[in-house]
Amino acid sequence: MIPSLKNANKRSPLNLKQRTLFKILISIVFLAIVILGGVLLDEGRIVTNLNERNSAPSLKHLFGTDWLGRDMFTRTVMGLSLSIGVGLIGAIGSTLIALFLGMAAATMGKMADRLISWIIDLFLSVPHLVTLILIAFTLGGGFKGIVIGLTLTHWPSLARVIRAEVMQVRSAEFVQVSQKMGKSRWWIALHHILPHIAPQLLIGFMLLFPHVILHEAAVTFLGLGLSPHEPAIGIILSESMKYLSSGMWWLAFFPGLCLLIVVRTFDQIGENLRVLMTRTHD
Amino acid sequence: MQLEAKDIGFRYGDGPWLFQGVNLTLEPGEIVGITGPSGRGKTTLCRILAGFEAPIEGAVHFNGAPLPNNGYHPVQMVLQHPEKAINPRWKMHKILNEGYQPDKELLDLLGIEREWLTRWPHELSGGELQRFCVARALGPNTRYLIADEMTTMLDANTQAQIWHAVIEIAKKREMGIIVVTHESNLMRRLCHRVIDFNK
Repeated sequence: MIPSLKNANKRSPLNLKQRTLFKILISIVFLAIVILGGVLLDEGRIVTNLNERNSAPSLKHLFGTDWLGRDMFTRTVMGLSLSIGVGLIGAIGSTLIALFLGMAAATMGKMADRLISWIIDLFLSVPHLVTLILIAFTLGGGFKGIVIGLTLTHWPSLARVIRAEVMQVRSAEFVQVSQKMGKSRWWIALHHILPHIAPQLLIGFMLLFPHVILHEAAVTFLGLGLSPHEPAIGIILSESMKYLSSGMWWLAFFPGLCLLIVVRTFDQIGENLRVLMTRTHD
Repeated sequence: MQLEAKDIGFRYGDGPWLFQGVNLTLEPGEIVGITGPSGRGKTTLCRILAGFEAPIEGAVHFNGAPLPNNGYHPVQMVLQHPEKAINPRWKMHKILNEGYQPDKELLDLLGIEREWLTRWPHELSGGELQRFCVARALGPNTRYLIADEMTTMLDANTQAQIWHAVIEIAKKREMGIIVVTHESNLMRRLCHRVIDFNK
């Protein structure tokens, strides 16, 4: 145990904080490349080209082509970039709802707390995916439906964490002292409470991301999400299902792998942020 | 500008009465000591007088009227543990200026050094933090100061310096002080009269 620890120290000249920062930086650069790729790649590469149908992965087509001769690499990158965009909007919306409800539950008295806790329990008692499908379907699917669905279903666990954090800070002595110095509720919420929950909020936001992206892909895969002409990962995967049996493994393999890598990257950023922030404040 | 507690009683939840029928009148400029064993409700009484807690029975009157609920509270309290009474995510100058802007004279009197103002709370010692808490509580509108074991964990020098400063300001402004402490020497030196919670 101890010799191996020593070795680990010898191998890397950076300390834990620097290593963590380095990992976060690499993850962010990778995601930035994916997003930029999705924006900058030429739409012309995914037009139908019947001369190059069903070709296996090669140098010209890294991920191969599909039954219409579209370049799968371009489609995958565009799909990922779209997924990240949807994930961003969904995660921001969910975080805002969680912040608002968590704060309200902890500061607006007993009745508000009971009501909000009940709503949190209600949403947590039904699986995400079911509520998400219901909402997306009711709103008629498409980009709007899926984004609203994602926003409305991913906040409860974060709201619960924030409620607990706010309650803890609210009863702290320095908040009571601040009240007696004549500071208003709003002033205290803004200056005392918000800085305390900001790290939790940021980590919660980053950890919501992978959830949101996966659920978007899942609902789109089921045909209730984004419309079929958009290059979304879920659509690529569900279309490729039909061709898997004819041996065209690359249609599902690479897009699926890429989705996994992107999701893991977000998860990594969140986890590393958590390490970083709990380290500096304990 | 009298601070008056009338027939105060308090208990937590449905527990036994911590105390009942407590009467206390404090004149401006008067220094009153409270002493007694742990767990008899000294701190709770202080919290009620400072408005942190509402009494179950009776009422606290300031200047003949009930204590104000919002705005600057005329009765300020300095707590035993400065590190809990300070937001760890704020720099010292923000903590110091939260209620008002203390003048240079007060800072010198309490021995607060300029360079401390740019630091974080965890970079200062308990005694240094407590000076900030005292300075923060001595706003121009503070009529009464409650020192709940204010200097218990400090060394003799710091204790003397802080009390010297507080007494000087109290004299100048005709401010009343309640001192809660277990140290009988300190109590004898400071207080005009002593209330014993040992009844």
